[in-house]
Amino acid sequence: MTGIGRRLGRRPPKYSAAALVWRGMRGDYWPRIWRDTELKRSYDAVVIGGGVHGLATAYYLARNHGITNVAVVDKAYLGSGASGRNTAIVRANYLTPEGVAFYDRSLQLYNSMALDLNINVMMSERGHLTLAHTDAALRTMNWRAEVNKLQGVNSSVIGPDEIKKIAPALDTSDHPRYPILGALHHPPGGVVRHDAVVWGYARAADYMGVEMHQKTEVLDILCEGGDGPDGKGPGGKVVGVRTNRGDISTPVVVNCTAGWAGLISAMAGVRLPITTHPLQAAVTEPVKVFLPTVVVSGSLHVYISQTDRGELVFGAAVDAVANYSIRGSLEFTEELAGHVLELMPGISRMRLLRQWSGLCDMTPDYSPVMGFTPVDGFLVDVGWGTYGFKAAPVSGEQMAEAVATGRTPKLIAPFALSRFDSGELVGEKGAASVGH
Amino acid sequence: MLLVPCPNCGPRNSADLRYGGESHARPDPATATPQQWRGYLYLRDNPAGWLRENWYCRSGCRRWFALERNTATNEFRNPPAPGDKRGGKA
Repeated sequence: MTGIGRRLGRRPPKYSAAALVWRGMRGDYWPRIWRDTELKRSYDAVVIGGGVHGLATAYYLARNHGITNVAVVDKAYLGSGASGRNTAIVRANYLTPEGVAFYDRSLQLYNSMALDLNINVMMSERGHLTLAHTDAALRTMNWRAEVNKLQGVNSSVIGPDEIKKIAPALDTSDHPRYPILGALHHPPGGVVRHDAVVWGYARAADYMGVEMHQKTEVLDILCEGGDGPDGKGPGGKVVGVRTNRGDISTPVVVNCTAGWAGLISAMAGVRLPITTHPLQAAVTEPVKVFLPTVVVSGSLHVYISQTDRGELVFGAAVDAVANYSIRGSLEFTEELAGHVLELMPGISRMRLLRQWSGLCDMTPDYSPVMGFTPVDGFLVDVGWGTYGFKAAPVSGEQMAEAVATGRTPKLIAPFALSRFDSGELVGEKGAASVGH
Repeated sequence: MLLVPCPNCGPRNSADLRYGGESHARPDPATATPQQWRGYLYLRDNPAGWLRENWYCRSGCRRWFALERNTATNEFRNPPAPGDKRGGKA
């Protein structure tokens, strides 16, 4: 049903109180928020991966560049990977100037997202505290604060007294084994409802004619003219994609996957500097809201935020061993509980509700790999490590520009795959929320 | 928890070992091109399946060795016998 009346404007219709009352009185069902269409034989571009990155890329292709003959394919359902498994934290307090400029733009797009997509993404600009427990960590916080200030990003280093005022639940005394010496305070940081971001992008992209194909697994990427077998590899160009629902011909394929990024790129004959590690997270039972801000401790390998429902959401470092199994472990729970109680002894009676795990693509310098590859028409937006969700809007915007113009936008030029040949790495490990 | 079959110490918790990543032959620094060397440094196969990896038994025998592990199921196969040269770091 490619309804002609559906694409009247650039923005999908509002979810409003009036519509709620109207539909409630008429007993109407809400319409599906994206269409379920037949897979066509040909598209102008195919985006692999139906998470926030893939959907944002498709959305900006349609909105900013008028390219609407686009398919987003996902082997499971939209938002089934890291987009639905992350801890929903957004921030721009990075360490490298390249990183700060990039994530600051992402934060701007998150701030205007509810208006742009006409969906409530529950953006909560609640502030972000990165705790320092050692002199070395405090030095890095000062470094980050100065880099941030130079680029107009609001960050400053504060002492234990001010931390106690912002988050009274934290133990700022000198009793713990690793006392809190200070923190990088970043007021624009916060949390967003990640599922709403996925649905918002899907709905808005669908409204402009982009097709979303779920349960469509990519089996191979068809290339010609390359050095490797079947015309793949450097020097070749993309001609199509083979899926479990048939072949599609397309001149452009954008790899927006996480976890499977290396496997998808190998289908085009491109090797990536990526290893896949699981990252575990957990959530507690809901209690009255007492933690008004996001708290991160790199030394203790934990980041904590409280949802509007009152659950505490915990994330940790990636597991040390490269792995594709999305499994939880007891070691994670034990370590997490120990570290959280060191920060907030008062919550020792709280119970964990559940834990889960998602896949992170780790690169050697903790920065992503974005843009063109040696295979013509094959673009990557991968290697997001633990930063993927916070970067989604700006990645989509920049990748769409790269696809539409055929040139690498300035903002993502430092993250090109070729940096591993030239040795110009963008070391972002110092701004990883937790030590890895 | 991952039970790692150390050829010298028997099954050990992975937390007792250091994970060394994919095991690739090191190109000869004297003859390798910069591109080959950077490929060795950075590029990875990262398969979802059987992979040969380096491990260091840091709280046991304190030796490096290579093991085959399935990255999707975490099974190990053909662990080298104690003192086996095959267990040497590739």
